[in-house]
Amino acid sequence: MSDTQDPYENLKITTGVVAEPNTSRANKTGSWREFKPVIDTDACIGCGQCDTYCPDQAAKPVEGEDFYGFDLDYCKGCGICAEVCPTDAIEMVREVK
Amino acid sequence: MSSDLQDQDYTDELEHGEELWNAGHRACAGCGPALAMKYITEAAGENTIVTNATGCMEVVSTPYPESSWGTSYIHNIFENAASVAAGVEAAYKSFDRRDPEHLDVQDSDDLNIIAIGGDGATADIGFRALSGMLERGHDVLYIMYDNEAYMNTGVQRSSQTPFGASTTTSPAGKESIGNDTNKKDMASIVADHGAPYVATASISSPHDFKQKVEKALEIDGPKFIHVYAPCPVGWGFDSAKTIDLAEKAVKTGLFPVFEMEDGEITSVNKIRDREPIEEWLEHQGRFKHLFKDEEQGEVGIEELQEWIDNRAEDLGLDA
Ligand SMILES: Cc1ncc(C[n+]2csc(CCOP(=O)(O)OP(=O)(O)O)c2C)c(N)n1
Ligand code: SF4
Ligand code: SF4
Ligand code: SF4
Ligand SMILES: [Mg+2]
Repeated sequence: MSDTQDPYENLKITTGVVAEPNTSRANKTGSWREFKPVIDTDACIGCGQCDTYCPDQAAKPVEGEDFYGFDLDYCKGCGICAEVCPTDAIEMVREVK
Repeated sequence: MSSDLQDQDYTDELEHGEELWNAGHRACAGCGPALAMKYITEAAGENTIVTNATGCMEVVSTPYPESSWGTSYIHNIFENAASVAAGVEAAYKSFDRRDPEHLDVQDSDDLNIIAIGGDGATADIGFRALSGMLERGHDVLYIMYDNEAYMNTGVQRSSQTPFGASTTTSPAGKESIGNDTNKKDMASIVADHGAPYVATASISSPHDFKQKVEKALEIDGPKFIHVYAPCPVGWGFDSAKTIDLAEKAVKTGLFPVFEMEDGEITSVNKIRDREPIEEWLEHQGRFKHLFKDEEQGEVGIEELQEWIDNRAEDLGLDA
């Protein structure tokens, strides 16, 4: 994911505040995950349903490939992608950290 | 478990587009409203000013100094997303009159002003502000995301909570079926204000929802979309089932999908073989009392089914 401004640099506290856009990427929600989605690269048909229904922008095409992968910096492990995948190409496995 | 599965990681090889609803937001895993925000930004694009009521979507997207939004965004207080949007629209019209060159975009017609509020913020506490915005005819699209209770403060009932749901302010028990009212018909109420475009949509059909957002933004005057967005935490279901439950709410007729133009119903998503409401109820913790106590269950399910059937008939919902 492209880098955005670090919102915590030069932090000021005022009444009525302005934050820069697209800065929540500083918050890596992947640490919340208990289950992780794993792709079966042969079964994936590249339809993009997982991307369409991921609330966290974490299911995306893998560069130069015809299958999808998961952004483990942000994926919360909700399991929606595995549920909507038409070919059952995604398995949710308990993550060992 | 094989270590291949544990080790698989494509994080650094993914193609991201221009996202205006960003990762890192703090919505719970599987949050339905978070998906609604994603679809709204995809349909509206970056020439958009969002005014947002207090509620889950505000709290999860803008803890200072972060913002999940790639659009302009204003949060003020709980009940006034509609008033803030009306003020923004009036200000742009005035700037336009005084200096047509002041905007990066061609003129204020190319600018989308979208107010977003939850069911509590919209149908209850911000209702007066919404009514004023509609009645004065501001060129604003108001989108109510409906997760059927006040979730951010811990699942209090709202006028969108369905009959029979147990919430912290309508707890089920020996003497109580849970919430004892049916969902308030916001679409008709808004249409009665003279709004030229009103629609309902569900996050289970993002294409339909996004088309309605695009269509609404082309129309002058006040527009309203009621979008259905399940909350795994407040309803008590497995986070993987968010889309499934949104779809079942449509297929059972609990949440009819339709459009109203100039006060008339102009399209209805017809349903073939409408499913009984149990199919939707049984997956949710907030209705589990209806399946435990036979007598209570029968009364509750029957009453809800009757309300759905009557509405389906009024709307001509069955194919
Ligand atoms: C005037 C006022 N009353 C109450 C609150 C507390 N409050 C903050 S968010 C919220 C619930 C919002 O419910 P809803 O609009 O349905 O959005 P959700 O949290 O479900 O997304 C409440 C009651 C407040 N901030 N301001
Ligand atoms: S939904 Fe399944 S088949 Fe479609 S792109 Fe995602 S993983 Fe591949
Ligand atoms: S598990 Fe949930 S958060 Fe993770 S990629 Fe799938 S849909 Fe997105
Ligand atoms: S409580 Fe519900 S609506 Fe609120 S962030 Fe969590 S899942 Fe989303
Ligand atoms: Mg709500």
